[in-house]
Formats: sequence, C-alpha cells, structure tokens
Amino acid sequence: MDNVLEIKNLTMNFGGLRALENVSLEIKKGEIEALIGPNGAGKTTLFNCLTGVYKPAAGDIFIYPPQGKPRRLHNLKINQITALGIARTFQNIRLFGGMTVLENVMIGRHCRTVAGIAGAILRNKSTRAEEESIVHESYSILEKIGLDCFVNDLAKNLPYGAQRRLEIARALATGPFLLLLDEPAAGMNPQETKELEDLIYRLRDDFNLSILLIEHDMKLVMNLAQNIFVLDYGEEIARGTPQDIRHNPAVIKAYLGVEASA
Amino acid sequence: MKIADELKKSFFIALWFILLTFPIMVIRVNTIEQVVVWRWENLLYVGIGSFVLSFLCQLFLKKRSQSIQTISATPSPLRRLLDEPKFNRPALILIAIFTLIFPLIFSHYQVNIMTTALIYVMLGLGLNIEVGLAGLLDLGYVAFYAVGAYSYALLNYHFGLGFWTLLPVGAILAAFFGIIVGFPVLRLRGDYLAIVTLGFAEITRLILENWNAFSFGPSGISNIPRPGFFGINLNSEQSAIYMYYLLVAFCLLAIFVILRLKNSRIGRAWNALREDELACQAMGIDKTKTKLTAFALGATWAGFAGVLFAAKTTFINPASFTFMESAMILSIVVLGGMGSIVGVFIAALAIILLPEYLRVFSDYRMILFGAALIAMMIFRPQGIVADIRKKYEFHKNNCSKSTG
Repeated sequence: MDNVLEIKNLTMNFGGLRALENVSLEIKKGEIEALIGPNGAGKTTLFNCLTGVYKPAAGDIFIYPPQGKPRRLHNLKINQITALGIARTFQNIRLFGGMTVLENVMIGRHCRTVAGIAGAILRNKSTRAEEESIVHESYSILEKIGLDCFVNDLAKNLPYGAQRRLEIARALATGPFLLLLDEPAAGMNPQETKELEDLIYRLRDDFNLSILLIEHDMKLVMNLAQNIFVLDYGEEIARGTPQDIRHNPAVIKAYLGVEASA
Repeated sequence: MKIADELKKSFFIALWFILLTFPIMVIRVNTIEQVVVWRWENLLYVGIGSFVLSFLCQLFLKKRSQSIQTISATPSPLRRLLDEPKFNRPALILIAIFTLIFPLIFSHYQVNIMTTALIYVMLGLGLNIEVGLAGLLDLGYVAFYAVGAYSYALLNYHFGLGFWTLLPVGAILAAFFGIIVGFPVLRLRGDYLAIVTLGFAEITRLILENWNAFSFGPSGISNIPRPGFFGINLNSEQSAIYMYYLLVAFCLLAIFVILRLKNSRIGRAWNALREDELACQAMGIDKTKTKLTAFALGATWAGFAGVLFAAKTTFINPASFTFMESAMILSIVVLGGMGSIVGVFIAALAIILLPEYLRVFSDYRMILFGAALIAMMIFRPQGIVADIRKKYEFHKNNCSKSTG
C-alpha cells in the first residue's frame, strides 16, 4: 500500500457535541478522494483537525510524504503541518484581500524560504536570489492556474471564480504533497465548475498531488473522485467508488431523510 | 433633487448645535456688575456656521460615496505627485539641502523643536512597523521609549557608560522588553491588544514613578550627559546642532531599514498576518515568531529614540512617558497613513511643529487637534498618504481577464 495519509479513529468534541466520532480515512498517492455529507456532518471539522486548527480528542493521523519520513501529526502548530506538506483552501474564501494576487501566492512560498531580518535589511546576494525565485515560482504557478493576467490586481477585486482559484494557487505555492480543497466549486456556475474539474486533474498531474476535497456538487464529485467518504453526524456512513455511493441506501437516507425503498 | 433633504438635515444640525452651545456661547454672567449678559449675536454665528459646515460636509460625503470605486482603483493626486519622478527628484534634493542647512540658518530654538519633531518621526516610524505593517494596535508604545531612555540614564549613572555604548544597549533592552510584552498578548488582536498594551505601558510608568530606589521616582534623573563628539566639548548650542544631525541620520537609517523590511519576506508575512491570521498560519507562517519580530523591531526604534531623547534633554522623569505620548505617536501613524513612511513624516512634523508655531491658539490646541483627527477620519480614513502595493512587471502574453 502506498497511502500518503491515514486517519485512524479520529474523535473531536466541542463541549458536549461530538463533531467527529471514530472517523478513519486513507488517501493513496496520486488519488483524488472526496468527502461528502449533509451540512454539519463534520467535514470541515475533519479538515481543521488535519491541519492543526483543532486538536482532536482522540485518534491518530499519520502522513507518508513521497519524499521524506513517515510521521505522526500530533500537537503540531498549523504552520508546522503546512511545512510538512499539507495545504488547504477555505470554504469561505480567506484571501489576503489587500494584497496583490502575486503577493498572495508569494506568501505561500514563505515556509519554503529562509531569509530573516538581517537578510531583509542587508539584502545580500542570497536574499536577492531567494526573493527572485519566490517571484518567479509564484508567477509560474499563476500561469499554470490561469491567473497571470491578474498579477498586480488586489485579491479582493478579483471575480469570484478567480478568487477560488487563487486560493488553490496560494495553497500550491506551499509545495504540498496533499491538497485539501474545501468546497472549491461553491458558488460557481456549471461552466466554471467544468473548468475547475479539468484544472484539478491537471494540477494533480503537474504537481504530483494527492487531493482530498469536500464538495456538495455531486456531478463534480462523481466525475473527479476515485473514492468517496460519506460523513453524517460525525460518523462515517459509507465509503466506496462513486458507483457504490450513488446507490447506497444509507447515503440516500442521510441526504433525503427518507428510507430508501429496498 | 436631494438638496432639500440635505438643507433640512443641516438645518436641524444647526438647531442642535445652537441648543448645545447656548449655555456657553450666549449666556454670560458678569460677576462684577451682577448681571447676565445675553450675547444673541453668538447664537447667529453658531447657527450659520454649523449649518454651512454640515451642508458642505454632506455634499462632500455624497460625492465621495459616489466615487468610492474610483478612489480605491486609482491612487490619490498626492500619491501620484509623489510617484512622479519629475516632481519627486527635485523635491527630494530640495528637502535634503534644507535639512542639511537648517541648523545654520535657523535659531537655537528652531533647531531644538525640529529635533523634538524628529524624535517623534522616529517613534512614528517604529510604531508604524507594529501598527502599519503588522497590524498590531499598540497603545503602550511609550513603554519601549521609556525603557530606552531609562536604560541610558541609569546605566550611565551607575556604571558611567557613554552614549555610544548605551545607544545599542538601550535599543536591545527595548527590543527585549518588546518580546516580553509580546508573549502574553500573542492571542489578542485589535481592541483587546490595544487595552493590554496600554496596561503594560501604565505598569511601566507606575514602576518608574514609585520604585524610588531603582528609578529615583518622579524627581527623575538629571545631568545625563549629551553625546560625545570625538572627545571635544561642545557648548549647548553646538550640541543641539549635533543632536539635530544625529537624529536626521537615525531617521534616515530608520527609513532605510523599514523600507527594506517592508518589501521583504518578513514584511509580506506581517502584511498577511494583518489581513487574516488563520489563513496566514495555514500558509506556513509562524504566528508567534512573526508577531514577536514585529514587536521587537518596533520597540528597537523606540529604544533608540529613548536614548536620544535622554541625551537631548539631559533630564528624564516618568512624566515624559505618559499615555498622552502613546496617543500622540499613534495619531502620527494614523494621520500619516498606516504603513506609509512619507505620511509619518508629514504627520509628525505637523503634530509637533504646528502647536509650537501656532502659540496664539494654544488655548484651543486640544480642540483643534481633536477636530483635525475627526475630520481626518471622516474625509480621509486612509491617512494623508495612503500606502500602495508594489507592482511587479512581467512579460505578459496577450491575455484577457475573463472570469474563467
């Protein structure tokens, strides 16, 4: 097996509310997997546990980076997890609105670069070289994602779909092996969603990524994902290929609230 | 079509002001002749004045709200002027020449107040790192200033160390103090951060005021030596000029350092932290380290300014480090435009020099100051010179900005 991520029996509580209960999940290298479920099922909570925003109450998370040692994610800060190679986007867009598009992506390069205060003030040769490489790498990511026309625009002035893509570009700049996309197609029209689908495929191949995405657009999920995990009330109710999930009675019940006729 | 509405609104505002100012502007008790003097003409002045002002204010706000989009898209006329090479090259040269010959053409008194103004420029530039660049609203900046000043005064008093040895020591101690203050407030943002830093500054001031054995209490420390000049003894006029040039040099150094920090990896991280803390961390930026760097680097300049201040006045006591000073420095940053260096310069010179030259209005100083701040926040919330983002040039393929 060549998993890049294994989540084992993850449990998360908010006071008395159990947001996640014994959730297990694996992602294989190079796969696109989807996490679906009704609103409030705990999907974003899972992302937050994975990226260190929340500390899970119980359970283990292991990562197996393609380059690098396997490692258990435990008590790490958000930025340390990003540095290990897990990048994410946010459900409600959280770009740095007052910064330009290029600068947003350049921020993503932060954890792969080292220049400090002395370097900033003296601006020596290595700092200048590093700065130049940040600019060029960031620009090439923008080119790949089709935002190069907007380089010097403020992020907040971008059209909605472009903001969503900029979030992905920014996440890619951190050099991840695993990309977590939280509802990337939310608010997009069918045309944009179709383009997003192609983009995600292309990015996976270009950047050697494994991708886990949360999405409500079933068409996108069915087209993209090799495997689907379904959460409801913090528990896994089904997993399998899109074909399996489509006909799974538990899933239909969770979404529609009625007993599927057998 | 809406003019009538506005006139009506202005009318009521005028009425309200007449009512408000009635007791102080109209009624006057002449205590000698035991009569009440009714000054009805003042009522008219207040009425007309507030009516006209509020009407103009409304017109302006309306115009601005109509053009709000274009304002954010295109830089202000002042900004364009500053960016215009034809203008800013000669202007810069003129300013440089003026700065250099200033002490030679103006009196001792003028040089002294200009030196004070330059200390505030330095403080403003330092606080600008915290507030303007990193978005950490610090109301206790004066504490770092005090640390700088007292470390020079005390170390000199006890160990006889000289100005040039203690200048870096003061800055380092202030930076260290910045980190100590920074640690407990890491989780706080905005208003909460402001309150806690304000508390720290008050603690610092109270310690200096009450711990007599350590800081000599309210009576302060006197006879602090002026900076040495290659062992030559300077008279007070010469040393004032020397102080002036020292401060010019330090302001230039501060500008240089801040400009470089701003356009660096760290500067970007500060900016991102200011915009969105969670997203910033998710991009791999260490929040703790980034915030503490901002505190430390901001405090460093306050430390330098503190040492220079102590050396300039040769006497310090806790009364120089009250909350009023913090508020003053913060006003400089806010008025000037957050993150903008030219803005800090203009605002510091205006706030410190204008009261000196407008002694005639000294009774109304605080009123004018308050009114200026309010007017500024209404009409130009981005400050005198708004900060702009650096633009990068790329060889673009002809592309269309489709929404994609």
